[in-house]
Formats: sequence, C-alpha cells, structure tokens
Amino acid sequence: MSDLLLNIENLRIALDGDPDKQVVKGLNLSIRPGQTTCLVGESGSGKSLTALATMGLLPKVLQPIDGSIKIKGEELLTASQGRLRTLRATAMSMIFQEPMTALNPVARVGQQIEEVLEFHSDMSQGQRKKRALEMMEAVHLPDVEKMYRSFPHQLSGGQRQRIMIAMALIMRPQLLIADEPTTALDVTTQAQILSLIRELREDQGTAVLFITHDMGVVSEIADDVTVLKLGEVMETQPVEQLLRHPKTDYTRDLLRAVPSHVPRPPSPAASDEVVLETRNLNKVYGGAGLIRKGREVRAAQDVSLTLTHGRTLGIVGESGSGKSTVARCIMRLIDPTSGQIMVGDEDIAQMKQKELKERRKKFQIVFQDPMRSLNPRREIGESIIEGPLNFGVPHKQAMERARELLELVGLPGSAVDRFPHQFSGGQRQRIAIARALAMDPDILVADEAVSALDVSVQAQVLELLAELQKKFGLGILFITHDLGVAAQICDEVMVMQKGQVVEYGPAGEVLGNPQQDYTKALIAAAPGRHWDFANFRPFSEAPGAQAAHSS
Amino acid sequence: MINYIIQRILAAIPVMGFVALFVFLMLRLTPGDPAAIIAGDTATPEQLERIRDALGLNDPLHVQFITWIGNLLQGDFGTSVISGKPVIELIEARMEPTISLALTTITLSVLIAVPLGVIAAWKHGTLIDRFVMLLSVLGFSIPVFVIGYLMISFFAMQLGWFPVQGFRPIGDGLGEFLHRIALPTFTLTLLYIALIARITRTSMLEILGDDYIRTARAKGLPEARVLTRHALRNCSVPIITVIGIGFALIISGVVVTESVFNLPGLGRLTVDAVLARDYPVIQAVILLASLIYVVVNLLIDIAYVLLDPRIRYS
Repeated sequence: MSDLLLNIENLRIALDGDPDKQVVKGLNLSIRPGQTTCLVGESGSGKSLTALATMGLLPKVLQPIDGSIKIKGEELLTASQGRLRTLRATAMSMIFQEPMTALNPVARVGQQIEEVLEFHSDMSQGQRKKRALEMMEAVHLPDVEKMYRSFPHQLSGGQRQRIMIAMALIMRPQLLIADEPTTALDVTTQAQILSLIRELREDQGTAVLFITHDMGVVSEIADDVTVLKLGEVMETQPVEQLLRHPKTDYTRDLLRAVPSHVPRPPSPAASDEVVLETRNLNKVYGGAGLIRKGREVRAAQDVSLTLTHGRTLGIVGESGSGKSTVARCIMRLIDPTSGQIMVGDEDIAQMKQKELKERRKKFQIVFQDPMRSLNPRREIGESIIEGPLNFGVPHKQAMERARELLELVGLPGSAVDRFPHQFSGGQRQRIAIARALAMDPDILVADEAVSALDVSVQAQVLELLAELQKKFGLGILFITHDLGVAAQICDEVMVMQKGQVVEYGPAGEVLGNPQQDYTKALIAAAPGRHWDFANFRPFSEAPGAQAAHSS
Repeated sequence: MINYIIQRILAAIPVMGFVALFVFLMLRLTPGDPAAIIAGDTATPEQLERIRDALGLNDPLHVQFITWIGNLLQGDFGTSVISGKPVIELIEARMEPTISLALTTITLSVLIAVPLGVIAAWKHGTLIDRFVMLLSVLGFSIPVFVIGYLMISFFAMQLGWFPVQGFRPIGDGLGEFLHRIALPTFTLTLLYIALIARITRTSMLEILGDDYIRTARAKGLPEARVLTRHALRNCSVPIITVIGIGFALIISGVVVTESVFNLPGLGRLTVDAVLARDYPVIQAVILLASLIYVVVNLLIDIAYVLLDPRIRYS
C-alpha cells in the first residue's frame, strides 16, 4: 500500500476520550497522490473532525481513541508536536471555510504567507518575499506587489481564499485539505476558486481532501467520494458511479434533497390581491458628512416589485447585490431613502415607528441564522409569544397559540419551555417561523432562511414554508443566493446586482430562459447544474432532453 | 493620521475648558472663605476686605473666571495661599517622584502581567491558570496600605534590604533611585499585575478560539509564535487601554502609597492642599489630572490606529 498518500484506518474520535461518546466511528479513507477525494456529509457527520485529526488540530475535548492516520506511511496520531509542525505546510496543509476570519486581521497578508517559509525553509528574506509574490501570482491575485502589503479586511472574500490557498501550497505539500472552502463565497467566486484548486492540483500534483456538504460542488471536483453520516462511512465510490448508482438509502436521500435548478411550476394564484408593492425604492448609504460629502453607496436603486396573496417572490443575487437591503427596507428595520412601500393600501416607507407598530403585525421576517436570532436565555415559548403580548393578547391565550404553532411547524407543543440550544438548526428555524406566524402576518420575509441548513433539512423547511403558504395564503418574499433553492420555491424571481434590478419575471422565464448576461453568468456558475441529482443522471440524459435540444 | 491627531487635540480644548469651568465653580460654590484662611483668626474686617480685593474675590464671578483663565493661559497658576510660592513651582517639585513611581510600576507590571495572562489563557483551566487568577483576586482585594506596611515590615525592617521610606531623584544615581523606589513600586505593582493579567487572560482566551489562530497552527508555526505574533497582537487594544488608564491613575495621585512611603509626590500635595483649602493648588492639580487623562486617551487612540489596521479615523 505504499502508493497511498493518505491512509486513514478505523479512526475513532471521542468526546473526552470516552468510547461511549464517539463522534467518528471507525472511519476508513485513503487518497492516492494527485487524487481529489470528497468527504461529503451533513453537519455532525464528523467530516471536519477527520480533517482536523489529520492535521493534529483537534480541540482538546475531542481525542482520537483508536485507529491510524498515515501520510506517506508515517503515523500521525502518535507523532510528536514538533514532527506534526514540520509536516504541516510541507506534507499537508489546510484551508478553511471562512476566509473572512481565517486570516490574522492585524498582519499584512504578504507577511502571513511568508511566515510559512520563515519556519519551513532556510530562504533569506529577499528569497522569501520573491517566493511569496510568485505564489500570489500563481493563485491569480491581481497587482501582487500592492496586495502583498494589504491587510485582510481590504480584500474580498475570494481574494482572501486565494491568499489562504497560496499560504497552504507555498511549500508544495502533497496533500491539501480543503474544509468547505467555497461555502461562504458567492457562486461566481466559488466557480473561480474551484477551478483554481483544479488547476493547482494539475500543476503541482497535489492531492486534495475536499470536505463539502454540496453535491453540486462534488460533481464538479471529485474523483472519489466518501459519504459520511454521524461519524460512519456510508459508502465510497468514484464520483460518477456514486451520482448514478448510490449504494445506500442515505446517499440516495441526500441526492434527492439537492434542490434542482429546474424551476417548479408556479403555484396557482389564489387571488390577485396585492399584499406588498414597492415603487422605486431607494436606499443610499453615506453621502452625509459635516465638512466633506462622504462617498455614496447606492445599496438599492429603483426597486419596484409586486407580491400577491399566496405567492412567493424570490430576490436572488450575490453578496452586495442589495437583496437584504430591500428586505430590511420593507421590514423598516432600516429606513429607505426614497420610494414607496405599499402594504395593503398604505405606504409605510416614511411612516414613523410609532404609527408603524400597529402595522408590523402584517409583515414578519425569518432570518438566516436561527442560532443567533433566537434569544438563547429565553424559553422558546416566551420568544414566540413576545409579539402577541406586545399587542395585548393575554399570556395564557398566547401560550396556547404558541403550542398550536409549534405543532404546525412539526414540533411538539410541549417544547414551549425548552431553550434554543436544545434544538437542532432545522428545528430552530421552524421555531423562528412559528414566531413569525404568531403575528398572523400577510407577508413573510425569509432572508436566506434556509442557507445555514443541511440540504435534507433545507428541503424539509422549504416544504414547510410551501405548506404554510397554502394554508394561510402568505405572500412570501424569499431572499436567497442559491438559484436551486429559488427554483424550488419561487413563483417570481428578481435578480439583483450591485443594488440594481437586473431581471424580474416569472421564475420559469428568468431561471429557465434568462435574457440578461448577469443572470446567465450566475446560472452558469452554479455548481452541478448539469446533474439531475434527484434522478441520478445528467440532465442531458433525461428523457426528452434530446428533443428539447434539437428544438 | 496627522490630521486625526490635530483634530483630537482641537477637540480636547473644549473638554479642558469645561473642566476648568467646573473646577472654578466648584471651588467658588463650596463654603469657606479663602481670605479668612489667609488672614487668620485675628484679622479685622478691613484686613479681610483688603485681601479679598487683592485676590479679586469681590469681582463678579465671570470676571474672576476670565482673569483666572487668562492667567492660566500665560502659565500663571497663581500662588499658594499657604506657602506663598507659585503653584507651578510646587507642582514641578512634586512631579518627579510621581512620574518615576508611575513609570517603574507600569513597566514592572506589564513585564510580569502580560506573560502571566498569556500563559494563563494558553493553559486555561490548569493549575497555572488558577494560580494567576488567585493572584489577581489577592491583588484586587488587599488594600494597598496593608501591602505597603507588610513590605516595609518584611523587606525593610526584618531583612533590611530596602530603606523604609523616602525618595531620591534619578539624578543622584540610578542605583540609589531604584533602591528607594523599589518598595513603593512593588506595593502598587501587585494591584496593576492583577488588573493587566486579568485583561490579558480574558482577551487571549477569546482570541485563542478565533479561526486565524487555527490557521497559524495549521501553518506549522511554533506555539510561541502563534501566541505572540498572532494572538497577543490581536489583544493589544484592550491591554493598551488598561495600561494607559492605569498610568493616568498613578500620575493623578496615589495618595496612600505616597503617604506610606513618604514620597513627596502629587498625591500628597493634593491632600495637603485640600486639607488647608489651598484653592489655587487644588485647582491646578485637578486641571493637571484632567489634562493627563486627555493626553493619555489621545495616546491610547493613536495606539489603536497603529495596532489595528482595521481602525481608521478620518
């Protein structure tokens, strides 16, 4: 087995070293030189822990209790700290999910790259700088001399991830461990980083252990795929084999849950009643200043949209597109600079907060991160009824309603006296939805409401939203960066870029037959768009695909 | 950056103005007549009136204030009512012991407390960590005069390593200076070690959980480098803040320590002046203290910009 670069056998990792609290349970994984293996799994599957164990970076409370991890035949689990330090960066290196926080904010990025050479080579200072600049060019960073002196906060997310990659690969390690390296990035940036990793793998012959939850990304980058569930390997197969012929039910379910990029048929309009309309909504930041006029940022420009009873309007776009700005203006969490926001037949755009209070019942919001949007010190029942209590509903009656709502969103009504940390991410998002519904709103704004969830959970929450919409005739404004999710839930779609509306129309039209270059680029960048995961085949092999192409 | 500093200095002027006004009014509105104190018990009403005239106490308040401010701006802080010496001379004479004590205390505290805090955070939950925490609880809770007298009793009287009290300026030789200032420095240092070590530990604990620390380790850097270059540098803002404020606190008067060790510093000047109702001295000392706070705060803010590139002032 000497041709294996990385060989993990029967790895067991346990909390506090207690064999009864295993989080990775007998994992086997091997990577040949130059090969890309994807480790796929949902949260809690142990995929990141496996990577950290390989690097010797597990947090103290988690310890490997059994098994072996060998790189080029050398055992890592029993290696000394000093030996591990030497191997890191030279034999194996790692990049992480959050390029925003993975770099030291107070050190220049050039120096952070160079630092690796300082400890792992005997180059002179001049040589180190030269090598760092070469590496920055190799990851296609622009204007490297200037960027060398930049601080992380001056760079974009994609640029920071490129710096991380430059740092990881500067000693030409044979193994690169990439832990969800593109999850926090926009789709177009994600596509660029994926192609960069592919390119460097070819140039340097680096093997990649790529950790992801995204089947689309898997289909783009993997040679082999290992599927993990709760610390156990479900199956390992070459990528095409896995996507076409998954061996286990779990993998099949995982593939089926991937949101398809083919838009669903629009739901029948229950009525033409317009519940929300914005006319030429603008939000401009800055521009003020006592002495000098500050720089203006037009976060939203002339946004006009219409949401009808029982329908879902999606606003899609990358970071900085202004999609969340629009949502926050509509919620009046921030004040729009100009334009109208019609809720029913009233314009709330410039309404004073006091007048607004009465109307707030009508529009409610669900945020992205349910861990942070629920008060951790409060029983969830109290969080749910806080709104109704403000409007004078008696405590007992409100609590009764909270129990009903919890059951409606698929949780036991008796859970009202539990705290947010006692629930999973998906359950917390259900609670957040129940909280919003407690106000009996006409409009529900969902700001990236499923983005932080695992795909299978994501699918369930989307289903729940659709169900509730049918039941209450909610108008849903769905903000997302994920075109697949948008295709699954939206009747209409608005594409935004840099504060401007690029394209707006029925979902089938915008996503199925985009007219604008930007929309086309967004769709082209979405990973795995050629695969029909739910049917275990590429779209090109779908019945009728040939006919569609020839017509 | 230069613009920012100029702006901050300009902004300090109204602050100082308000402080001056406040000090002035506070002293005028408290009961007690300075003229009576100067004149003594046997003075006749005519004598009192003459003294009031001479001091300008018969002028309307705003005239008094403007005269006072005008004199201040010319560097004239008035004359001590008690000793008859110019206030500025009195303060100058007391500056050296106080500044010396502040510098030695802060330097020694930082040298000990920062490494202690770093190690405590690094070895979080271990015996070392608990020891540092215990030390800081002791430092906070034992009154300074108790520590001072214990130090004198043990190191000065029993062991005879240090003199019991007194001060020698640094001009008389570094050895003699350090020998004399050692005990008061040790006494104050315990409190400042407690303060700085605690802040360092808390900020380090937070920073050590950050992603870039994991990145630094993943790069194969030695632990010492991770702790200093990556972690400690990111905690420097809160630590510098505490050090700066600590420094200002000592300068504006550590009455107890100065009294215990008989150091002729600003703290004792203030207390003596208050007890004797020596208004010009009190005013000057309060003004000086607030000036020190303003300057220290400015220096802290400048340090922020230098230490953290994300902070930018326009």
